[in-house]
Amino acid sequence: MTLSAQMAVQRGSLALDVAVEVADGEVLAVLGPNGAGKSTLLRVLAGLLPADAGRVAVDGTTWDDDGVHLPPHRRPLGMVFQDALLFPHLSVAENVAFGLRTRGHGRTAARAAADGWLARVGLDGLGGRRPAELSGGQAQRAALARALVGDPALLLLDEPLSALDARTRLTVRAELRRHLAEFAGSTVLVTHDPVDAMALADRVVVVEEGRVVQTGTPTDVGRRPRTDYVARLVGVSLLPGVGEGRTVQLDDGGEVAVAEEVTGPVFAAVRPESVALFLARPVGSPRNVWPLRLAGAVPHGTTVRCELAGAVPLVADVTATAFAELGLAPGSEVWAAVKASEVAVYAR
Amino acid sequence: MSRPGAGRVPLPLAVPAALAVAFLVLPLVGLLVRAPWSSLGEQLTAPGVGQALRLSLLSATAATAVSLVLGVPLAWVLARSRIRGRTVLRALVTVPLVLPPVVGGVALFLVLGRQGIVGSWLEDAFGITVPFTTAAVVVAQTFVAMPFLVVSVEGALRAADARFEDVAATLGADRWTTFRRVTLPLVAPGVAAGAVLCWARALGEFGATITFAGNFPGTTQTMPTAVYLALQSEPEAAVVLSLVLLAVSLATLLLLRDRWLGRATP
Repeated sequence: MTLSAQMAVQRGSLALDVAVEVADGEVLAVLGPNGAGKSTLLRVLAGLLPADAGRVAVDGTTWDDDGVHLPPHRRPLGMVFQDALLFPHLSVAENVAFGLRTRGHGRTAARAAADGWLARVGLDGLGGRRPAELSGGQAQRAALARALVGDPALLLLDEPLSALDARTRLTVRAELRRHLAEFAGSTVLVTHDPVDAMALADRVVVVEEGRVVQTGTPTDVGRRPRTDYVARLVGVSLLPGVGEGRTVQLDDGGEVAVAEEVTGPVFAAVRPESVALFLARPVGSPRNVWPLRLAGAVPHGTTVRCELAGAVPLVADVTATAFAELGLAPGSEVWAAVKASEVAVYAR
Repeated sequence: MSRPGAGRVPLPLAVPAALAVAFLVLPLVGLLVRAPWSSLGEQLTAPGVGQALRLSLLSATAATAVSLVLGVPLAWVLARSRIRGRTVLRALVTVPLVLPPVVGGVALFLVLGRQGIVGSWLEDAFGITVPFTTAAVVVAQTFVAMPFLVVSVEGALRAADARFEDVAATLGADRWTTFRRVTLPLVAPGVAAGAVLCWARALGEFGATITFAGNFPGTTQTMPTAVYLALQSEPEAAVVLSLVLLAVSLATLLLLRDRWLGRATP
């Protein structure tokens, strides 16, 4: 483990109490809603904010502990902020060379290294420009080069893509993925976008109200969410209940048939594409059929995402054509069917 | 853009407003009308005038330099540090803004005069006497003008995005390097505006100067004190000196206007 951190911070109404470990070359995504304490976590790791209690160690060197606080400028780290925050009074190349200059490298060497990194992030020849002359995507690439040029032990990314427009985000995300794969140190990525976490991270930590509520691989977190927040983020209907053989008795009433034998407190999770909607009760194979009511519907890509209320609250994705054929309106009665084999079930 | 009738000013407002304009502008017009234009060149090159002008420019520039060296760090402390009693400190250092300058002069005299707390020590230890010297002019002007710079720079620092300082820290810059290479360049326009304001105030300084430094031609007589003296003996010279000061003031105003409006509107 190269980064090992555990911290307790009280800031206003936020009580952050988390522990994270990140190995060499590993990318850890910290996923959580606004105000969950994600940025506070990064600021403590960077040394910009002293923790009330805790310990931060990187490569066996203690950065924070009782009575120990390595100031931020002495920590070998790189940080990328949401708004790039390139120094407006310096050229792009001077921005990238900044960290090398402050750490004692000569002007020529720093400039050469900066130019090398600008080429690596696809900004060849733009080093002489002012930050104001760059697009949002270019600025964020330059900010990444500036953070990585000093070959840091720890890379901190604070919502690095959220200020970009949708198309730019896609390209920069792909590039970032490539750079992270080449980066030898540990990376902590803070985001509230599950797509970032899924695409970039090796492991995900979900933080809500200052606590870690779930840890796992991106796939695992996406398939088996443990809180409503994660379930909503990844678009899964999360149904807590108690397993009794091949059925789950839901805590809120209702009953879900599953494909395997389960006992004790479990979550049943249903993906929106697994839900089929009918105007009349369908006949035939599906073992899960519920009469529900359409609470809301929004376009979602090429499908319509339907919010269904009733004994078993579900989210269903139906094609726009199907939605039109069903003639659904908010308040409509509708039958929802889900195959037992399509229900993921896992212990609470 | 303009609403119907937006250009019309109600009479109860128009009359006092017009009177106010007349009150503010007429004296300046009077100055221009009464100026001895024919003998202007002669008056300007008169030995006393040149001397006072040179001393004024030198002392105001020196006072601005001292204010920059001491005032910018003070502004940083007020804007960025978390020391206790910052509010009280800010109030104290801005007192000279509202204090009658002549009171400032008296206060300086009590501290730096031969019998003063610091003054007596300076004289005993180094044989230095401050009052009634050119240095006293600079001290008096700095006392009165530095708060203008401090307030201006502190405002610029508060408006600047402090996150850039966090970025610098993550890039290995300690606080001094951050101040030099990031903070100061970011607030440079504010520092420049503050320096111009400070210089203009120092140039016009009268009360503290005449109390603490006196009015000796060649050593402590600046433009404003020369105007005051000249008015009693040769009014024409007073008018000429006043014209020069007016020109400098207008130039300062234009310079600041350009900076402020030029920077404020994108």
